[in-house]
Formats: sequence, structure tokens, C-alpha cells
Amino acid sequence: MSAETHAGPDVQAGTSWVQVCLLRDLEVERGVAALVEGEQVALFRLTDGTVCAVQQRDPFSGANVMSRGIVGSRGGVPTVAGPMYKQVFDLRTGRCLDPVGFDPVGGSSPDLASRAVEVRDGVVHVATRSDLP
Amino acid sequence: MTGPQASPDPSVDAAASADPTPGPRHVVVVGGGMVAQRLVEALRARDGAGTWRVSVFAEEPRKPYDRVALTSYFSARDPEELTLGDPALWDDPLVTLHRDCAVTEIDREARTVTDRLGRVHAYDELVLATGSSAAMPPIPGNDLPGVFVYRTIDDVAALRGWVEDKRRAMETDGGFERPVRGAVIGGGLLGLEAAGALKALGAQATVIQFGTHMMDAQIDLGGGQALKRLINEMGIAVRCDTATKEMKVSRRTGHVGRLDFVDGGRLDVDVVVVATGVRPRDQLAREAGLEVGERGGAVVDLACRTQDEHVWAVGEVACIEGRCLGLVAPGYAMAEVVADRLLGGSATFPGADTATKLKLQGVDVASFGDAFARTEGAMELVYADPVAGVYKKLVLSDDARTLLGGVFVGDATPFASLRPMVGSELPGDPGAFLLPEGSSGGGAAALELPDGAAVCSCNNVTAGTIRGAVTEHGCTDLAGVKACTKAGTSCGSCLPLVKKITTTELERAGVEVSNALCEHFELSRAQLFDAVRVADLHTFSEIIARFGRVPEPVVSTDGAVLVRDAGRGCDICKPVVASVLASLGNGHILDGEQATLQDTNDHVMANMQKDGTYSVVPRIPGGEITPDGLLVIGQVAKDFGLYTKITGGQRIDMFGARIEQLPHIWRRLVEHGFESGHAYGKSLRTVKSCVGSTWCRFGVQDSVGMAVDLELRYRGLRSPHKIKLGVSGCARECAEARGKDVGVIATDNGWNVYVGGNGGFTPRHAQLLAEDLDDAALLRTIDRFLMYYIRTADRLQRTAPWIEDVEGGLDGVRAVIMEDSLGICADLDAAMAQHVDQYEDEWRAALEDPEKLRRFGSFVNAPATPDPDLVYMTERGQVRPATADERAAVLAEAEGIEPPAGPVVIAGTTLEVRR
Repeated sequence: MSAETHAGPDVQAGTSWVQVCLLRDLEVERGVAALVEGEQVALFRLTDGTVCAVQQRDPFSGANVMSRGIVGSRGGVPTVAGPMYKQVFDLRTGRCLDPVGFDPVGGSSPDLASRAVEVRDGVVHVATRSDLP
Repeated sequence: MTGPQASPDPSVDAAASADPTPGPRHVVVVGGGMVAQRLVEALRARDGAGTWRVSVFAEEPRKPYDRVALTSYFSARDPEELTLGDPALWDDPLVTLHRDCAVTEIDREARTVTDRLGRVHAYDELVLATGSSAAMPPIPGNDLPGVFVYRTIDDVAALRGWVEDKRRAMETDGGFERPVRGAVIGGGLLGLEAAGALKALGAQATVIQFGTHMMDAQIDLGGGQALKRLINEMGIAVRCDTATKEMKVSRRTGHVGRLDFVDGGRLDVDVVVVATGVRPRDQLAREAGLEVGERGGAVVDLACRTQDEHVWAVGEVACIEGRCLGLVAPGYAMAEVVADRLLGGSATFPGADTATKLKLQGVDVASFGDAFARTEGAMELVYADPVAGVYKKLVLSDDARTLLGGVFVGDATPFASLRPMVGSELPGDPGAFLLPEGSSGGGAAALELPDGAAVCSCNNVTAGTIRGAVTEHGCTDLAGVKACTKAGTSCGSCLPLVKKITTTELERAGVEVSNALCEHFELSRAQLFDAVRVADLHTFSEIIARFGRVPEPVVSTDGAVLVRDAGRGCDICKPVVASVLASLGNGHILDGEQATLQDTNDHVMANMQKDGTYSVVPRIPGGEITPDGLLVIGQVAKDFGLYTKITGGQRIDMFGARIEQLPHIWRRLVEHGFESGHAYGKSLRTVKSCVGSTWCRFGVQDSVGMAVDLELRYRGLRSPHKIKLGVSGCARECAEARGKDVGVIATDNGWNVYVGGNGGFTPRHAQLLAEDLDDAALLRTIDRFLMYYIRTADRLQRTAPWIEDVEGGLDGVRAVIMEDSLGICADLDAAMAQHVDQYEDEWRAALEDPEKLRRFGSFVNAPATPDPDLVYMTERGQVRPATADERAAVLAEAEGIEPPAGPVVIAGTTLEVRR
């Protein structure tokens, strides 16, 4: 696979990347968790081939479960629903689109931190933490 | 009786004689029945200024209750279920209810009443609402033990106790066992209900009717004959043209033992219910010197006022237009009249609506208007199908256009919509209203009721009022209209019509009655189910491409089209499609794209808990488990460090399993013969059972065996919401089956099946669907019930609200699955046969497929590494997730700070925890 795709936050020049897995390890619209530099990340492969990465921790329950949410779309925006209490998040930015009446636990942000992803030669690369905004 | 308008306007009088003392005036209501309740309710609702305070003297020791629904007390057993109206009415400071406190004397001169405790109460106005008592014909022996009337909750409770005692006596007599034999004297409305009640108690029932046919006050001979066939089919014997000469005592028991008839016939009995009519309880009125009618009852004018301007009478004790009316609807009308008059209005009794509908399980009988065609020149239009036990008659004016009345036996579907049309012209061919629905030439013209037509006669609500609830009060659904107008809140027979008028009016007002699932589908779940089934689609992508909603194109600022298709679904529609596909038998739920549709728990076939770990529930059919099975579960839980708890569904839940442990846990369970319990699915959960006849002294059927059969039959069946079943081995109901979606209760002759029970947020008792089924009929009935529910219910709609939504409610469901009124039973049977045939254990199948197993890795780049953030504590000898504070303390400890007091962190053999 030579197609090169990236998603998530704008990639800065000089971004460093961590190889995480092969693209073929990811099933379309069924997320997986990954350990990236000791940090838990949820990866999602969309129907168009792009891969998104957001934090695995669900801000509304504190549990590490985001990869197990249902992937869908809202008004054309790719989304994932929290598996615990069904908040809806924009997969490209991590922004919480609908808190469905809940508050995040422990004073955390309702939004998910997202990471840039690049697929090179069939290998999924996730931006290192030092590049996070 | 003097003409009602001969005296000066009573309201003027009432106003002129206003009490000089300050504060509200006092109205005393004698009697605490349904009509008294209605009077108080109406008065308090309209007397916003608080000009009246009300004292109600009730003879029974309880609040007014729904006497019309008395028979349901046999199945409900809880008097609370018969409560009428809003109980807050009795907390109103202006209302005083004296229970168990009959009035014994009226002094009209002094305007006082004396209660049974000798207390004297002054009144400004007095309303008699003493109702009537069951008539006891002067048959010798009518005072023997075992002879009952059927009028109050206490009557019904005593009857039930008697039948149960008799049955127990027969069981303990040993040897020859026979059912309790019951007879009902009187074949009217109440007599038939009493006979049905006897049957429900497991007794034999014979109805003794003096006249030529049953319900002869309401229906004609032809209807009576059809009714007799229906009643016989229920296992109730009928003897018409029979007068009872004597009730004979049994020498052995000293109780009633035999009925002797005038024609020389005899009938052995253990219990007799006398239901030969009612007599107005007008004793107080007589003693107070008030005029009483020829056949009893306090004579009142059309304002419901007796000859004493301060004394009124309402309900069954009132003799109005020369007769007493033994129905609740006219009583309610009188209560409204008196409430209006007390507040200075000039309402008059609008005439009696004597329409009746028999409330007997499985027998539809209704009559209304001029059922006997007594109007000059009236014409009768009759449809009879003796084989089906159906008899329908319309009475029309001499030009065959205006509806005067009607009789329905066996199929009273048209009753609700035709009754309000009395006096109006029927559109189209009147005969069309009598033909069975769906027959060629059938299809009656849609009725547009005039605004003035009474739709709910219990609460006197017109079609216009219902329309107004929508147009003026902003009601947007049936529940809102019911709350706003009270239509359909008493007997409920008019509900289909109320719903129809409401829907029509909403549509007319342009209110979209949206069934849309979510932004991706305009269809409801039921519509989507049919669409997917008929189009034979098997993947979400195909389904959303074919049936998804494509929105208006959204164009971004730079002109690019952002949305050009229906999108990729959401957490609402994807699980619905997953459920529909699973119900249609579309292979393993984690196959291919289907794996992406599953909701949180189905996603990994386990129940997610608050910390992101899962609980595991192996199936224990019927709650029956061997000691070896218990050891296996115990050992697995021990080896994986799981917290164990017994569930409400008679099985064992194991908590704290991490995602990557699930396949290992299940491999052990499957090896030892366990299979998925589907505790994670919107699907059949458990079939709870009591121990049944194999061990229990009282059990009459093998409830565990039946529960195991049912659970194995329906295991894995996906549905709109979870489904639970229960099987009890006798009427003691230890399995609490009536709290289940399908409850099966053993009888001496087979099984009774109840449907629509729920625990949870809205607890509901299941209602009787069918009686005395053999094993095969029981399975067939449940098959169809479940499959019909699966196909037509809304998303996450449990069985109880679904039944309410089915056209015709429980009767409608019964018609579809017992009488095949839609002709779909063969289809439902085939669908269930396919399910039973194709069942496979989801967990066993997943363990055999490496592709599926791969999904249980904790991390794509470290599949066996546990989630490092999990922290557990011990409590009562088992693990539980740490609270936020405990976690913080644990983390602090890890950094070398003082260890916390209280629970300690455990590091079991398998739990990876932070130290």
C-alpha cells in the first residue's frame, strides 16, 4: 500500500512519528486501542481509508474505552459515540458534539485530545506527544 | 313527579339562601362509590373559589374504587390497581372522606345527618349517592355458606377465598380429586363476569339464566345464541329458561351443595354466585320521607334534585325519568349535573347512554342505543356467522340511513366508532360496518364524528373536546390527550377511537407525527424491519444506501459539497440495524461489517461496567444447575479473580473481566458445556422458574422443565429490547412470572400465559393472553407473540407499551396471534422455526474464528497487555473498582507517600494492578 493519507490536527514541519501497526490490522469503522509512548490512544479507520487517533480515555466516565464506540457520521462529519454514556465526538478534531446531558468526570475537558495520523506504505504512524497542541 | 322546570330556578334559590356565616358552605355526600368520587372531582375542579367544602361518608373502609373493573381484581389481587382518579383529591383540605362510616339518619328539618358513630353533621346541601346493593332473590337456602353476591371488593375477596379453600380441601381430602363446582344465578352482564371470574379461579362454572338468553337486557335472541356458543367455548356451561327452586345444604359440609330447579333438574355445587340484578339502596331516602319510585330509588328531576330542594340524588339510587340506571356512565352524567348546579349552573341530565360492553376475557359483547329496534319503523341489519360465533346487528331509521343502535357479539370492533354516531347518518353502505375487516366488499367509510358526539361516555368527553385538546391545548400524542380530557381513562373501551381522532387532528394541524429513527433514517424501527426483510438486504452499507435519508446538500464556504449521501449511521440506527439483521438470521453478530454495528455490550459479547471491564454471564437455563456446573463457574471466577454475584434472573454474573481475558474465560466455560447467556444483548435473557411439581408439594406442572425448554427455544433471539420469561408451577406464582414479558403459570389443565409484564422503571403486571394451553399450544402462542413483537415494536420499546400501541391493545394482539386476523401466523411460525433451527452459541463460534478473536486484544500493538489504569480494592472478600479518591491515594502511595487507611489494594493472581 503506497497511498499516503493523514488525518487529525495539522501536521507541523518536523513532526516526529511513532509506528503503531499495519493499516490492515485496522477494520473499517471498528476502533482499536494502541499504546503510544505509554499513552492509550484509540485508532479508527474510516470508509474512505483515513485513520483518526483520539485519546482512549472517555472524559465522561474516566474509563479507557473510546476505541469500543460506534463510528458514524453527523451532518457529514465522522463521529464516534462514547460506549459508556453515548456522547458524540468529532473524530477529526476530538471535539465533543453532544454531551447528552452529562458532565465530564474529574473536571477534565469534554473534548478528546486528537493526534495526527499518517499511513505510509501500509504502516500507520501516529504523531508523538511532543507535537500535541 | 313534578316537572323539573315547574319550581323556580333552583340555582337562584341556592344563591339567595346563602349561608350568613363566613367560609365555604358544606355539601354532604352520602356514599363513597364511583359516582360520589366523580361528583367531588367535578366540584373541586370547577370550584376554584372554594365556595364549597365536601364531606363524603363511605360505608366501605377504602377510597372509592373502580367497581366496573372489579373482575380484574381476580387477576390483579391488589385493590390499589382499582383506585380511581388522582388520589390527591382526598388530600384536598376542602374534602373530607369518612371511611367505614355509613350515614344512618337524615334530618331534613334540621339539615343534619347522623353517622354510624352517632355523630351529627350539619349540611347546606345533601347528595345521596348510596348506589345499589346486589339483589338476593327469595330462593330458599340463599343464606347458606357458599352463596355469594358480586358487588364489592369484599364480596370478590370472600368469593376467591372460598373457592381457594374448597380447592385446598379437595386436594387434602386425598384420593379422588375434582374441580370446584360453581354456579352463577343470573345471565346478565354481571353474571357473565362472575362466571369468568370463577373460571379464572380454576372452578367450573355454570350460568343459570331465567330468561331465554344471556344478557337479555342488552342483546336480542340472535345475539344471545352467538354469545352462548362463545361462552360454551370458554368452558362455561349455560342453562337458559331455568328458574332455581331451592339451594340445598350439603349434609357433609353444612355448605351449599346443590341447586334444585323448577323443571326438576339439579346441579351439584360448591359455590353459588347470585347476580340477578341490583336494587337501589334508598332506605335513607324512604326514612327521610322522600318520594321513591315504583321500583325503588329516590325520585329526582332532570337537575337530579329530590322534592327537597336541599337534597339531591345521583347514580344508581336516583330514580330519574322514572327509572334507576345500573350503569356508571349515566351516574357520572348526574354527578356532573349536580356539581354544576351547586355552583349556580343550570345543567340538566342529558338522557341515559345505556351502551354496554362486556368485560370478559376473550368474549366481545357490546350493545348501544336502541338495540331492540323499539323505535317506530326501525330496520334491523344483521350479519351472522354462527361458525365463527359472530353476530352483529345495526338498528337503522326507516330510511336505512340514520343509526339508532346496535348489537355486537363475537366481534365488537365497530362498537367504539359507531356508538357515538347514534342519531347521525352513516356514510356509505351501512352493511360495510358489519362485514369482517379485510373481507371483500368490507372497508367501512371513514367516520367523521360530529363535534358533539360522545366518544368517552364514562367521562363524558366529546369528539370536539378531543379535537380541542390537540388544536387549543397543544397535545401532541394520545397520552397528552388522555391527561388533558380524561377520555379513555376509565374503562378504556373508547381508546382506539380517541387515538384515531387525535392522530387525524394532529395530521390536519400539520403536526408531523414523526417515527423517524434518527438523522439517517426516516423510517421507524418496525418499518425498517419490514423494508430490510422484503428487500432482502444483509449489510448496513446496502441498507443505508437504499433506505437512508439523504439530506439537503451542505455546501462549505469554498463551494465544496460536504454532504452528498446518507452518511455512515450513528449509535442509534446502527444497533437497530444490527438487531434487525440478527432477528432475521444474518449470521454471527461479529461477522464482517455487522461487527461495527453492535452496541457497547454486543461489541464484545459481554457487559461493560463502569471501569471499562466486563461482566460475564453463562446461560443457566431455567436457573437449574448441577453442583459440577457451580464448581466450574466458581473455579473460573477464582482463577481470573472475578467478583461474583447472583443475578435476578437466577444465574451468576462474574465481574471485572478485562477485554483480553474474555476469550480465555469463555474457552474454559465452553469446554465445560456452558454457552453465552446473552446478558449483553437486546434479546432473550432468562426464563425464571420456581421448582415446580417435581419437588414442590403444591406444584401442578413441571415448571423447571418448561422453563428449560423455553429458554433453549428462544436463546439468542434478538429483539427491540431485552425479553424475560417466567414459569410458575402453580397459582402461588413463586417465579413472579407476571412481572415478565411472557409469564407462564401452571393450571390443573395446562398453562395460562400472561404477556406484557415489566420490572424496571415502569413496573407492569402481565395480562392474561390465553388459558389452559397444552405444551404445544403454549409454545406456538409464545412463538407468535415474540415474533410479532420483534417485527412491529419500536426501538427500545418493551412489550407492555408495545401492546398498548398495537391497534386494539391486548385484544388486538390476541386477534393477530390466536385468531390470525392478519393472516401472518404461518409467517411468524416459520420465522421462529428458522431461529430455533439456526441457533448457534455466539461465544463458541467466536472462539473458533481467529479473525474474531483478534478483536479481543487489549492494544493493537500489545494485545495481551492489561489496561494499566485499572485499580481494585477488596470489600467483603471480593474485588471492586477503586473510587476516584482511592485511586488518587494509590497513585500517591506509588510515589512513596504515606499509605492510606481503610481498604487495601490487592494484587491477585491475575489482576494487574498498580502498586
